[in-house]
Amino acid sequence: MDMERVDQIIEKHNSEPSSLIQILLDIQSENRWLPKEALERISEKLQVPLTRIQQIATFYKAFSLVPKGRHGIHICMGTACHVRGAQRVLDTVEELTGIKPGETDADLKFSLETVNCLGCCALGPVMEIDGEIHGNMTPAETAETLKKYE
Amino acid sequence: MSEILLEIDGRQVEASPDMTVLQAAQKLGIKIPTLCHHEKLEPYGACRLCMVEVESRGSTKLVVSCVYPVENNLVVRTRSEKVDKVRKMILELLLAHAPDSRDLQRYAQEYGADKNRFEKEPSFCIHCGLCVRYCAEVKKKHAIGFIDRGTHREINFIQEIASKECWNCKECFPLCPTEALQAAYVLSGALVSSLPIFK
Repeated sequence: MDMERVDQIIEKHNSEPSSLIQILLDIQSENRWLPKEALERISEKLQVPLTRIQQIATFYKAFSLVPKGRHGIHICMGTACHVRGAQRVLDTVEELTGIKPGETDADLKFSLETVNCLGCCALGPVMEIDGEIHGNMTPAETAETLKKYE
Repeated sequence: MSEILLEIDGRQVEASPDMTVLQAAQKLGIKIPTLCHHEKLEPYGACRLCMVEVESRGSTKLVVSCVYPVENNLVVRTRSEKVDKVRKMILELLLAHAPDSRDLQRYAQEYGADKNRFEKEPSFCIHCGLCVRYCAEVKKKHAIGFIDRGTHREINFIQEIASKECWNCKECFPLCPTEALQAAYVLSGALVSSLPIFK
């Protein structure tokens, strides 16, 4: 991510220290992660210590300090999904992408996370990719769905 | 500013409205155990060890004396069965993280806390925040901060600032109630290589 864009985002929030989280969220959603250079730039422009930014960036799960894949896979491990076979869905995804929950693959295609409930238990087991819900997943369907993403 | 009159352990004390119960007790020479308190720093209320029992308007409750402001006609008990029980529990929980801390062991003896009560999880840090706050409030360098949250929370030096400032300062080390082990460890880690969490 180039620093000009970071400056634009900071400018959009009037370099206001109280908008720190909004600025971080904007960068996170555009860039999918928060590079150290960007955090240093924010620290400088907002006059907020880097320790504070680091604390916030590591506190909230929405932020990532490491690069994330183009597609974020969330697999629901909640009770309803669990009893309907979420573990098999997860195993299939792990096998096909070669990554474990919390990891990103080498060509930055997928990032895998497990979540505890997506709020649509009737559709279990549920897999969410880039915000799109895929319900009633079987291992075979999981494989088919993953193929659609580039 | 009018003075405030309160009672601590049966003794009357006058305090100014901006004082905390802990400060009023210290004025009387009453010792309340603390771990995260430091005169030069803002009250933080992290360790909860300075818990006391207060009685106002007929009801008693447990409050953290280092962040509780004085009020008129407050009755404070710094030692009671309830207070001692709470402090013993806090010490036992903290000892699971820093079993070798001398400060903790001294208090443990006083309150009869068993350092083996809970399964040990030696992270050395009890999150008192003394190093973090000292660096920010007194030195104004912000070289060290907290990262992550909950059970994963830990202190972390900012490599660029630490390599410039820390070797000549190290004033946070003696503040650490667990004897600076963690601070020293993390600092050397930060200087030798960039930490994995913050590359």
